[in-house]
Amino acid sequence: MNLNLPVYLDNNATTPMDPRVLEAMLPYFVEKFGNAASRNHSFGWVAEEAVDYGREQVAKLINADPKEIIFTSGATEGDNLAIKGVFEMYASKGNHIITCTTEHKAVLDTCKHIEKIGGRVTYLQVQADGLIDLTELEAAITPETILISIMYGNNEIGVIQPVREISKIARKHGVLFFTDATQAVGKIPVDVQADGIDLMAFSGHKMYGPKGVGALYVRRKNPRVKVTAQMDGGGHERGMRSGTLNVPGIVGFGKACELCMNEMESEAKRLSAMRDRLENGLMVLEETYVNGNREHRLPHTANISFKYVEGEGLMMGFNKNIALSSGSACTSASLEPSYVLKALGLGDDLAHSSLRFGLGRFTTDEQIDYTINAVKETVLKLREMSPLWEMYKEGVDIDAIEWAHH
Amino acid sequence: MPRIYLDNAATTALDPSVLEAMMPFLTEKFGNPSSIYSYGRETKLAIENARKSVARILNANPGEIFFTSGGTESTNTAIHASIKDLGCRHIITSSIEHHATLHTVECMEHNGLARVSYVKVTKNGHIDMAHLEELLKESGVKTLVTLMHANNEIGNLLDIVAVGELCRKYDAIFHSDTVQTVGHYPFDLKNTYVHFINGAGHKFHGPKGVGILYVNENISIKPYIQGGGQERNMRAGTENLYGIVGFAKALEIATQSYKDDISYINELKHYMAERLEKDIPGVSFNGDTKGDSLYTVLNVAFPMNDRSDMLLFNLDMAGICVSGGSACSSGVNSVSHVIKAVCNGTADKIVPIRFSFSRHNTKEEIDMVLDTLKDLV
Repeated sequence: MNLNLPVYLDNNATTPMDPRVLEAMLPYFVEKFGNAASRNHSFGWVAEEAVDYGREQVAKLINADPKEIIFTSGATEGDNLAIKGVFEMYASKGNHIITCTTEHKAVLDTCKHIEKIGGRVTYLQVQADGLIDLTELEAAITPETILISIMYGNNEIGVIQPVREISKIARKHGVLFFTDATQAVGKIPVDVQADGIDLMAFSGHKMYGPKGVGALYVRRKNPRVKVTAQMDGGGHERGMRSGTLNVPGIVGFGKACELCMNEMESEAKRLSAMRDRLENGLMVLEETYVNGNREHRLPHTANISFKYVEGEGLMMGFNKNIALSSGSACTSASLEPSYVLKALGLGDDLAHSSLRFGLGRFTTDEQIDYTINAVKETVLKLREMSPLWEMYKEGVDIDAIEWAHH
Repeated sequence: MPRIYLDNAATTALDPSVLEAMMPFLTEKFGNPSSIYSYGRETKLAIENARKSVARILNANPGEIFFTSGGTESTNTAIHASIKDLGCRHIITSSIEHHATLHTVECMEHNGLARVSYVKVTKNGHIDMAHLEELLKESGVKTLVTLMHANNEIGNLLDIVAVGELCRKYDAIFHSDTVQTVGHYPFDLKNTYVHFINGAGHKFHGPKGVGILYVNENISIKPYIQGGGQERNMRAGTENLYGIVGFAKALEIATQSYKDDISYINELKHYMAERLEKDIPGVSFNGDTKGDSLYTVLNVAFPMNDRSDMLLFNLDMAGICVSGGSACSSGVNSVSHVIKAVCNGTADKIVPIRFSFSRHNTKEEIDMVLDTLKDLV
């Protein structure tokens, strides 16, 4: 029996660290504690070697050269560095950035900052399935456009954007292409060469590695991409990111990448089968909708709306036994409906009734069975108590009702 | 070969009990602190407890403590905010600051955002207070003073209270890079006129990849890294949970043993200094070694000759781990900017070696180092 409660189904928010990752990190806390920038003694060299090895492991997972990996404190810093760094470095070429409305806050907030300091940003709408329209993307490009920033896999609905087509359009117009691939790297094959990616941010803790460490991929050839450093200092990371390197974090991140590389194929198969079973198990409920494109989707993510049920109320129903979220962790304290679901065109009712299921390496079949039953029961119970559900069952067209406004 | 680690100003070994405090968060308590279910609530609580503990130790309000990825990020944040959010148009700093400060200040100047003045440094490495006041008096615009509390290479200590009072008098913003002193000395921030200080966990037996920025409650700045509501909208990014827990634990441990550590390490340092003066002809010290000086740092000026030329290399061969200057620029094969500034044109006649100590070092180790040095020089 593999039913460990509570069931953790929020692997898009963060993942537990793989014990093999922790094992790799442990020697670098107390014994091999050197500063990787210390060039005069073995403590420093041991740390530097560990960082170099980690850099190779990270690079290999995405088919990059180790020299193209800049270690950061996480994907948010990577997003900031990529967007602000390109904006400053390529200021003489232009000031226009294209992104889309379903990006992570780290990209959207940074773009808002760019607008405040004199940049121009186009926010592409997404289609009902969460994918961007490539024709719209191409039409948005102007001679001032310096960067296209479109995420690889969406954190809330798991939709995978057509990265290769995007990069082709970017190349055609001589525009750099940055992708926030925090949810995709380690889960699906990401190949910066084949995908034509110029810059890419990702982080350790979304792939069973440690928190507080991430990387920004910066292309060095065809074209050679440069970013203006956002943290000045000792000149670490070839001047692009100063600050003493988080050696144990980098070792753990590297190990996590290696494990993902070796296990991705079987894990993705296992998780998508489980995810589909979960989804099919829940779709037997009436008025239940999967959000986002089901074909172009991360294997471990499902976002489902249960109409006439409040997502938050739903979560309260099984809060103690199932850890999941109604949207992104970064905005989960707010009661606003998800801006990602709103961008798909969902009304407040459906956006408010959604749950995000994020499966992971340690999710078991028993936990999925438990979740299907618990969610089904709670949905049915809540609907029984819902006057809206009653009206719906009586055939009242709820959308046609004119509600009294206060 | 047993190694002797005397490069504690570069980084320190993590205290095993700090790792112990971090372990639950490296394993089962892994939730994203922004998540609202139990996994998230327990980690959020851990972060807020860490913040309270850090604030209490530094005598600050928890609302004034922000966790960052380290000292460099904190310094960058403080300087950028002073210019962009607080309206400073003039920066007063010194030529012996850490590169995190110097390069950020240069960037501000280069971009035309602020004018920069370098306060004079006395021969033994102290800030010329009279010159500082002169610069402040003549400034004419809102000014940022950014001066480090203890120099990482020569150990000189700044009178942070006196500089703070000058800044109060001239209504200047004051940032002090306290990376070498947080966890090494007690702080009383409620009674110190300073707007920003920073700390890095790995300088006092805490973890790497985590630091703090103290932002005085009377000023309000915007985040430097955008994209999420973490750290009360001040620093976006999923928190380095175990790093934060480890930072607080390391600071707690340091606080419990300040007195003992200071006298123990100070004794090691002065013992070494005295023996060097006695045993090695021509030796002198960079900075105010016997005056206002960080008890963990001893910067020795060995006379340059055929034998001392390869001193760093030979010390490493003997298993003695030291540094020629700051780790951050130790790949660079030239005399550090700090040594140049305090050596008054004689920097090429000496071989500067920084010995930096921690509570893990012993007198026996120092004796072994002294014996080796006698052979080498």
